[in-house]
Amino acid sequence: MGKKIKIIMPCNEANHVCDKTQYKNATLWEKIILNLHLIYCKVCRKYSKNNSQLTKIIYKAHIECLDKECKEKMKQELDKAIKETPIN
Amino acid sequence: MSNHQINPNKWIDLYSDYLYNFTISRVSDREVAQDLVQDTFLAALKSMKNFKGEASERTWLISILKRKVIDHYRKINSNKGKAEVRITYNNDSETEGDWLEERVADPFDKTAEDTMQNNELGDAIFNCLSKLPEKQAEVFRMKTIEGYETEVICNELNITASNLWVIIHRARTAMAECLKENWF
Repeated sequence: MGKKIKIIMPCNEANHVCDKTQYKNATLWEKIILNLHLIYCKVCRKYSKNNSQLTKIIYKAHIECLDKECKEKMKQELDKAIKETPIN
Repeated sequence: MSNHQINPNKWIDLYSDYLYNFTISRVSDREVAQDLVQDTFLAALKSMKNFKGEASERTWLISILKRKVIDHYRKINSNKGKAEVRITYNNDSETEGDWLEERVADPFDKTAEDTMQNNELGDAIFNCLSKLPEKQAEVFRMKTIEGYETEVICNELNITASNLWVIIHRARTAMAECLKENWF
């Protein structure tokens, strides 16, 4: 690595890694350091708890979005209809 | 005396996902749901002058959509002969001779209440999402609900990765705050 290995992580970085773990974007090493941080930092523990709770309920809600193409098509059709509608 | 403004140009960005989820929990066919949402927008456009501004735009659109869903069910049930119901009690030999009671759906599997709660939860999430600034809502939606990769979103919206994570962080904090009262 060349650099000194960092074990202490500042809070803002911890939050960033916490966000990344919600999307499975964090590396193993980042997760280890995050968990070390969570041992002694109450504020981040709370944020981390809320954050994973949010992930969980969004997963539970089974929300679906329309894909981009479909929205584009809808937009075009609506635009056409808007132009045809007389402005009152 | 209208408190609420109406702006059809923004409808799709603001409400299409919300309406789509509302529909899909009621018709359970994606293509039908898409058509119904589209029909709703077009019908709303036609009756725009009936919009009195008493309710929010979204509530008004939902009320039109509800009619569309009912119409849809009327239409598919109006064909005669389709009312005939055939039930095959046993169609696999393995369970032949089993009591019928053993074949009913598992009551613990998914109850009506579950589904209802899910609908309400979906409503709550869209409600909170609509309170976020537009950019935050868009990034949050793409990343969290549609599950796009970071690079894809960055390219699409022309932002840097660190920019994206800042936006995500703010959105998540706001969403958690908004949903906390009723759902955590």
